[in-house]
Amino acid sequence: MQIYLPIAEMPVSILLLLAMGAAVGFVSGLFGIGGGFLMTPLLIFLGIPPAVAVATQSAQIAASSTTGTLAALRRDALDVKLALVLVGGGFVGTSLGVWFFAALRRAGQLELVIVLSYVTLFTVLGSLMLAESLREFWSSRRGVTRPRRRAGEHPAYLGLPFRMRFPRSRLYSSVIPILGLALTVGFIGAVLGIGGAFIIVPALLYLFRVPTTVVIGTSQAQVLCTALLAVVLQAALNGAVDIILALLLILGGVFGAQFGARAGRALRAELFRFLLAILILAVGLRFMIEIVVRPTEPYAIQEIRR
Amino acid sequence: MRTRRVLVLLCVGLLWPAAAAAERLVLSLSTNLVAVGSTYTGARLVAFGVIERDAQTVSRAGPYDVVVTVRGPREAVTIRRKERLGPIWLNRAQQKFVQVPSFLAVMSTRPLTEVASEIMRRRFRLGIEAVVSAPEFTIERGVEDDPFRTALVRLKGRERLYFENPRAVTFVAGEFFRAPIPLPATAPVGNYDVEVSLVADGIVVARRNASFELVKTGLEEQITEFARDRPVLSGFTAAGMALFFGWLASVIFRRD
Repeated sequence: MQIYLPIAEMPVSILLLLAMGAAVGFVSGLFGIGGGFLMTPLLIFLGIPPAVAVATQSAQIAASSTTGTLAALRRDALDVKLALVLVGGGFVGTSLGVWFFAALRRAGQLELVIVLSYVTLFTVLGSLMLAESLREFWSSRRGVTRPRRRAGEHPAYLGLPFRMRFPRSRLYSSVIPILGLALTVGFIGAVLGIGGAFIIVPALLYLFRVPTTVVIGTSQAQVLCTALLAVVLQAALNGAVDIILALLLILGGVFGAQFGARAGRALRAELFRFLLAILILAVGLRFMIEIVVRPTEPYAIQEIRR
Repeated sequence: MRTRRVLVLLCVGLLWPAAAAAERLVLSLSTNLVAVGSTYTGARLVAFGVIERDAQTVSRAGPYDVVVTVRGPREAVTIRRKERLGPIWLNRAQQKFVQVPSFLAVMSTRPLTEVASEIMRRRFRLGIEAVVSAPEFTIERGVEDDPFRTALVRLKGRERLYFENPRAVTFVAGEFFRAPIPLPATAPVGNYDVEVSLVADGIVVARRNASFELVKTGLEEQITEFARDRPVLSGFTAAGMALFFGWLASVIFRRD
């Protein structure tokens, strides 16, 4: 069954898009991430113009993170205070990122920076998380219980001024490192065209030792705000949001996200961190292969239709 | 007075055979409007034509050939080439083409190499290669852009947007021919130009143009207009839709 997409100006299979939405929604619900870094390449692979793909998939991210956020709210697995601080810092970071993006493009070095950042970010982050996960597995197999956090032991950056209490996250920390994290993520997200939840999730897990369930809910609330802003801006400034495509992705995505969230609750915390590490590392390696292997077709085409 | 009449007669005498010598082409398309609705998966048009001759038309040694060139709406295209930089491959060199047909199909009665010589093909823009290597194809000058032009044809061909079919034009009876024009679903909306060239003895003896339009209709048209004319409202609509379906799913799946 095919349907013609009015903005992308091409027909696509309805079932294929529903399935893609469901698959990415599942991963997104499972890990509390947006899944844009999975959906965008899939849509471009189908032949949908990159601008339309990037703009439209944020509508799907908004829908599945709405479901995730509501579910987290009901289970009280959402730190509203922490989410607001993250959104605030993220907004500033995004603005800076957009400015930096324009400056890089003027200098003609955008491509290089994006590719290298992707590879570095994903492989380093993925490897670190994987190593940590494996250490965890080893020690639990040998019966050694490693306390995740000993009483009274805190990294120094939590003790900076402007301390705030986040009771839901069992966190008492200075807002400076949290805002710094949100700012960095917003900045990277704007430059690389991704939401950045996959940086927030491990950072909250490892740097701030926030409980896994709260991390997923909070990150989803932050993703929701970013995605809604992205949809409105993309439609208003670029006219690149395809409503029909968005609807199909949303329908698949919300159901996928439900099952993903349910699977995520059944998952043990160590296994969760292990799988997330594998996912991030895999994306990093994929980008690395793309730039290291000699391309079969060295030329690429970009069409600008008016 | 007499000299003037002689001059007039002379002129008429010179012009008359020339005007009568050339064949005339009559051309008609099966439709002038292709509607793109929600079930659109491409279209197929047919161009019909008749070669008109009369007693004064010069006789030709060889058979007639017909070349049909279909050009889609113009677009700007950037071709980038990946080059090696240390261990990694990056987009380095690029070439812009500002006025490129988004769709280009060349149909003929025989392979173009048999229809006309390379010089004639280039002069009359017969065939994809002749169209793409024409000087007016890009405004940039003095750039080594041949590999980029070849890449453009290759990449467009991969999407079935540029193609040649040397057997598509057929003579139905005598001097009456037909040429089916297949439009892939990815061909963009806009105005399409159909140019029919009549070739005899390796040169173009007559030419005729027609055009058709690919337009969105119904819901597809309304959505496009809404997104174009009310961009902010359409953004909020998409955002609202996302929120609504997200909420709906959480209600459906609620188990407490």
